[in-house]
Amino acid sequence: MTGRGDGSDLDPQTEGHTGLGDWTPEALGAGRVLPVVSAPEAVLSRDGAEVDPIADETVRLAADLVATMRVSPGCVGLAAPQVGVGARVFAVDVTGHAKAVTVHGTFVLCNARVVEASRWKVGREGCMSVPDLTGDVKRASRLVVEGALPGSGQVVRLTTDGFEARALQHEIDHCAGLLFLDRVAGAHAIYQRKVYL
Amino acid sequence: MNELAITVIGRDRPGIVADVAEVLARLGANLTDSTMTRLRGHFAMTLICVGPAATEVEAALAPLAADSQLVATVRSVARDGEAAPAGEPYVMAVHGADRMGIVAAMTRVLTEAGGNVTDLSTRLAGSLYVVVAEVDLPAGAATALAERLAATAAELGVEVTLRPAEPDLL
Repeated sequence: MTGRGDGSDLDPQTEGHTGLGDWTPEALGAGRVLPVVSAPEAVLSRDGAEVDPIADETVRLAADLVATMRVSPGCVGLAAPQVGVGARVFAVDVTGHAKAVTVHGTFVLCNARVVEASRWKVGREGCMSVPDLTGDVKRASRLVVEGALPGSGQVVRLTTDGFEARALQHEIDHCAGLLFLDRVAGAHAIYQRKVYL
Repeated sequence: MNELAITVIGRDRPGIVADVAEVLARLGANLTDSTMTRLRGHFAMTLICVGPAATEVEAALAPLAADSQLVATVRSVARDGEAAPAGEPYVMAVHGADRMGIVAAMTRVLTEAGGNVTDLSTRLAGSLYVVVAEVDLPAGAATALAERLAATAAELGVEVTLRPAEPDLL
């Protein structure tokens, strides 16, 4: 499945809506570009608070996350704790990434949780909030997540895979106060980040 | 502040890391990068710390080596520029029947291609020898290097793979 996934392979009896429907990030309005914080900033290690997805402040935060993600080179996801806000909101956009298969475009989820996870694979990942290190982390390559869309508050289920699945798990971890460092595969699975010349 | 390179090697037992770290903390020596593993059952730890004079640290670690089961060395080293490694990250894995010269031959091929080994582990398990190396390669060097590695591996009768280890930025 490529393009804007609609979760159509899900059981139609599955509770809740599937796919993003007609939701677009433009409906959030223009966001501000916020500074991205780095570990060991305390907010990155705190369990984020549940949010009201229809509250104005949540919609503003969602817009800010999208705006900040878009100006950050190579950034495919950004969670509220990374801009200093301990809340369960994140933005993702893996559009155009070489390793992406299923792509839902730009979207923001509130209070998201993993519903199903399978086909675990180890991959090396880095994070804007841990700029000098990378690490090998096992993530599910098949994933179903559930979360609320900011603005409408509609609860959606997204089925995805590969790179988008990895990005979603990384961002959901951020919302729970977890960094990839918390899931690293072993004592020798942390690496100094390379500089690309 | 002095930058110190410390090695501790010897018979393994539970508590060596805690003992060494406690001595360093007591002296105000700040442990920065370190690595520890067991090599053929021997405890082996290498670390860099910043703090007091090398002689002071060596004297403080001496009681740990008093029973001749551990050897601790402390050397003052020039501060590195802390430049992040440059190039494209790859992992080279080699395995096959143990024989003399596998590491020497394979890493020579890496070096001649402009590669820089940044991490290396070797293990001998029975007659099986395994080498895993992290290597930074100049841009575009991997394809030709993979062929040269395969040729050298064939001469040694071992298997080699070279795969990219580029991280995904999330």
